[in-house]
Amino acid sequence: MIRVALAVLRKDLLVELRTKESVPAMALFSLVTYVVFRFGLDRTSLEGDLAAGVLVVTLLFAAVLGINRLFVAEREQGGFDAFLLAPVDRSALLVAKALALLVILVAVEVVAVPAFVVLLLGPAFDPAALVVLALADVGIAVIGTLASALAVQTRARDLIVPLVALPLLVPLVIATAHGLSPLLSEGGGGLDAGWLAVLGLYDTVFVLLSYAVFDFLLED
Amino acid sequence: MAAPPAIELAGLTRRYGERDALADVTLTLPAGATLVVFGPNGAGKTTLLRVLATLLRPHEGAARVLGRELPAESWAVRGRIGLLAHDPLLYRDLSGRENLRYHAALHGAGRERAEFLLDAVGMDRRADEPVRFLSRGMVQRLAVCRAVLHDPDLLLLDEPTSHLDPAAAELVVPLIGRASARTRVVASHDPAGGLAEADLALGLRAGRTALLGPAAGVSPAEVGALYR
Repeated sequence: MIRVALAVLRKDLLVELRTKESVPAMALFSLVTYVVFRFGLDRTSLEGDLAAGVLVVTLLFAAVLGINRLFVAEREQGGFDAFLLAPVDRSALLVAKALALLVILVAVEVVAVPAFVVLLLGPAFDPAALVVLALADVGIAVIGTLASALAVQTRARDLIVPLVALPLLVPLVIATAHGLSPLLSEGGGGLDAGWLAVLGLYDTVFVLLSYAVFDFLLED
Repeated sequence: MAAPPAIELAGLTRRYGERDALADVTLTLPAGATLVVFGPNGAGKTTLLRVLATLLRPHEGAARVLGRELPAESWAVRGRIGLLAHDPLLYRDLSGRENLRYHAALHGAGRERAEFLLDAVGMDRRADEPVRFLSRGMVQRLAVCRAVLHDPDLLLLDEPTSHLDPAAAELVVPLIGRASARTRVVASHDPAGGLAEADLALGLRAGRTALLGPAAGVSPAEVGALYR
């Protein structure tokens, strides 16, 4: 399964490098959203709960753009059929797509997080926040892959993805915002083990759930 | 001991919503033989190929492919089937070579096989261009390579030489023609050509069997009547 998952992942990253359909759009969306928040909140700098909320919500909505496109090439260019004709474990597609989305999210955050620090964050950025974001990214990648696989079979894909994914991601948003809040505060505390555990547990539950149901999503 | 039939269908039915795309299709195709399928647009040819490819489930009746029951044992025949459909199943933003290497990885085939096939269909010099820049005929040649990359026992071909010029059609004959010595199911709109290279002929009209018999005993005029 690993060999096949890596082949699909390599193909997906190659297609993204060629087409640049997801990462630039998601990064640009993040920057524009920061500007909107800056004027909408009428604040030149944020900290604590508000900073955490703005960062998480922005990254989440940017992620939805990538989730929407995750299976489009498979659907429109016969990738699903080609994969289903191969004698491979179908879970390899879940693993590959979740990893591809994870790579895309990290690539977007390489631009979006420094931009947030420059444009909106008041206190100095605590690098420990990257641990919280990494756990959030894993959850978004797995839940996003599941939602995308469900939605791509429907005509209203762009509507179904947020309708399915966002409610499932609410607990993750709560845990991420609470985990980030002290790290984005002036003289705030360090990592909150409790919220990290919640994120880790939520990620684990959805990894197992996705593994259990993904085969059925590919069935005729 | 005689080899089991490559395909056995008994009352095969497949619906899209309320409409029967295939209804009560029954036939047996020996291993190594060629079945040609005729019928007007919407007659059920593509649906039949997709059921045989394990991509669609039968709704009624029984289907055995390469000795395995569908859909229960689909897993056992995937990888032994090569499908050449209307859609080439190639990523437009990857090159032909990248596409074939990807499919080779899915099927556990070697890269040498991909290179051999690119050379065989005369695409070795254009293999590094993105598929979206290639003509439809060149894409079809790549699709042929993809379909036979894993050396399948059963070939399912939906108008395989469409978009190919006569020279290109000659190039793919050793891979997907009768000379390939594989069991083949070929959907065709060419009565004379289709019958000439088939052992068994099936005519479909509105998903139902309108013609079934040894190809040698069917005339092009009988096939032509399916379209009227």
